[in-house]
Amino acid sequence: MRSSLISNRYLIVLLAALLLSATQLFAGSAFVTKGSKAASLDSCVAPTDVMRRNHMDFLQHGRDDTVIDGIRGLDYSLSECVDCHAATDVSGKSMPVDAEGQFCQECHGYVAVSPACFQCHRTTPDAKANKYGNHSDKSFLVGPVSQPAGIQRD
Amino acid sequence: MSKKSDQPSMDRRQFIGGTVAAAGAVTIAPGVILHAVAGSNEQTEGASSEHRWGMVIDANKCADGCSACVDACNNEHELTDLGRPETDAAWIRTVKLKDKQTGNISRLPVMCQHCEHPPCVDVCPTNASFKRVDGVVLVDRHRCIGCRYCMMACPYKARSFIHEALTDQSVYAPRGKGCVESCTLCVHRIDEGVMQTACQEACDKAGHGAILFGDLKDPNSEISQVLKKYNSVQIRGDLELNTGVRYRNL
Amino acid sequence: MSKMYYRELYCGSPTRFWAGLALLGTIIAIGLGAAYYMEHQGHWVTGMSNQIVWGLPHVFAIFLIVAASGALNVASIGSVFGGPLYKPLGRYSGLLAIGLLAGGLMVLVLDLGRPDRLIVAMTEYNFKSIFAWNVILYSGFFAIVGVYLWTMMDRSVSKFNRPVGFVAFFWRIALTTGTGSIFGFLVAREAYDAAIMAPMFVIMSFSYGLAFFIITLIAAYIWGDREIGDLRLTRLKNLLGVFVGAVLYFALAYNLTNLYITQHHGIESFILLNGGVYTQMFWIGQVLIGSILPLFLIYSPAFDKSRWAIAAASVAVLIGGFFQIYVIVIGGQAYPMNLFPGKEVVESGFFDGVVASYTPTFPEAALGVAGIAVALAMVAVGARVFKVFPETLEDPND
Repeated sequence: MRSSLISNRYLIVLLAALLLSATQLFAGSAFVTKGSKAASLDSCVAPTDVMRRNHMDFLQHGRDDTVIDGIRGLDYSLSECVDCHAATDVSGKSMPVDAEGQFCQECHGYVAVSPACFQCHRTTPDAKANKYGNHSDKSFLVGPVSQPAGIQRD
Repeated sequence: MSKKSDQPSMDRRQFIGGTVAAAGAVTIAPGVILHAVAGSNEQTEGASSEHRWGMVIDANKCADGCSACVDACNNEHELTDLGRPETDAAWIRTVKLKDKQTGNISRLPVMCQHCEHPPCVDVCPTNASFKRVDGVVLVDRHRCIGCRYCMMACPYKARSFIHEALTDQSVYAPRGKGCVESCTLCVHRIDEGVMQTACQEACDKAGHGAILFGDLKDPNSEISQVLKKYNSVQIRGDLELNTGVRYRNL
Repeated sequence: MSKMYYRELYCGSPTRFWAGLALLGTIIAIGLGAAYYMEHQGHWVTGMSNQIVWGLPHVFAIFLIVAASGALNVASIGSVFGGPLYKPLGRYSGLLAIGLLAGGLMVLVLDLGRPDRLIVAMTEYNFKSIFAWNVILYSGFFAIVGVYLWTMMDRSVSKFNRPVGFVAFFWRIALTTGTGSIFGFLVAREAYDAAIMAPMFVIMSFSYGLAFFIITLIAAYIWGDREIGDLRLTRLKNLLGVFVGAVLYFALAYNLTNLYITQHHGIESFILLNGGVYTQMFWIGQVLIGSILPLFLIYSPAFDKSRWAIAAASVAVLIGGFFQIYVIVIGGQAYPMNLFPGKEVVESGFFDGVVASYTPTFPEAALGVAGIAVALAMVAVGARVFKVFPETLEDPND
């Protein structure tokens, strides 16, 4: 009993030391990747520590809202993570967020977690994005939606 | 909907984090709550059972040699042609038919028929194949295990299995290796209030107007009017699946 | 009746045992490598496509799963139906059933598009899906047969043997009904739209399972230099003959029904007359090798008690059974679905109206064979560790 208490104490000291070094590691490094849109903003959609700790829950919640219930434009959306956090290289081309040294991979590599998101979701901002996001602009369609010009239905 | 979390409460963690940070004489920038990024898109209301989305396709207007709808679908959802037709995804295809008795030729596009009683949903072991409240049949790729039983069950051969790793997907159609997929009735457009599918848009632009998308539950919608006025059929109507996609002149 | 003693099966030569196990291990390793290759590349490297969505791995998996439930029959006859001659074979029957099911499930799972999401299949159930039921039936089978084996091997719980045996018997019937029903309720496909699939799979399981049992039993007793009497083998042989005949009868009933329904004439002429490789597999594989040859070997007086004939008949049943499942699974998909009755498809962007081609590739076959190797390896290790086989199976004197 006594010995286990002692070892527990050692464990706590060890954990505290680890936490300290981890805090310093991240405090010394930038939270965002240089050259990404996020680098120019004060904060993410929620405080950084909230995002760090809970982003996976936010995304998992949001994915069911969107896929099953069809709710789009959520505050926590993976495509916005990518839009904001993807850095561009010297030629101005976006770099995949899951590439070595990029935003997602930097942390997930450190904690040895492999995000499954990007087996299906794209890893760079989509040039075609927001084609439908702006509800008022439907100019890309031919004529009024209800009755396309020059089309005889019957 | 509340989400279970295995994480300790944030307040406690912030306290500990702050204490440790102070002990280490590290300055952490104060968490400023800003919704600077959020809100660039307003949140949409989502699918509603007030609607049932469907299409009516006029086989007489489907022009020989035209592939506008197929190209538009492939472009809209970034379905890349890898030069392997047996394994490449096909959400929409054109079929040319000849009546065995009379020799009459007809041509039509075939895609997921968005059944009211979809066999793919019945057989899916994990509920990945599902029907939205507005009648759109979809695959939730977060749950799909790639067993392909839905492909065995679908009477329309509407589904494709993704046979290879993909990159640069459309932001509107996330898709990846090992899952099954099919026509989504351009659900990303529906959700944003755009009442026209990519295939209809292309068919109209090509001047054929063979495809008409709309709300089957709204008696005043154009599609309901057309279906009321003219005779139409369902493919494999004998199966009583009550498809959302109907055909005229077939 | 003299008392039965069970003992761990020690091979006459240790080298033979370890070499055999190493061989099986190598086959399993190649199969796992093949599975990794297929998953990593995606399924385009296999013969499977959007037309033939289930390929050779599924043939192996279904074959093994069906055989697994049939292998348990011998134990059921012993403890449920009171056949004293079969009772000493019960333990091995249970062990073989577990081994075959494990092999089959391994193949099935490793061929999923996303085997990494197996946990989703374990936690998300759509109870309208027969697949979801099968997940429960398959995992339950392991547990129930495990308990069944325990009641057979531990004298202190042997009083539960009979009730547990009953549960196991009904569970295995449910399992094969579930497996057959995978194909029985696909309304859109002409080959599969038949409720007879479920009972046919049950009787197929009786036949394949018993064939697996006989051939491995003979092999084990040669392997372990033990004696096995003619009486039991003749009983098993006669039982196999009945099952083979029953499978043939069900195949006849299935095809005759389809021949009556005009709508199904297309698929029937495809399987019976002009389906190329599928027609050959049906007539040569399923009917000739899988039914007529074993029936001749079993019932011809010329081979009265010949062990060679019994073993050959069992192997022929297994080969024929493999072809039967191949014809059901792949032949049924290769025949085009009829979306437009009365119309002929002139052009299609997605292979409508044409017979789908399927050429199995090496990785698929390697994965399937690895499933059989897993089953055999589990049996070999299980028989060595547990007291599964009676010391001798010589004919009782009384």
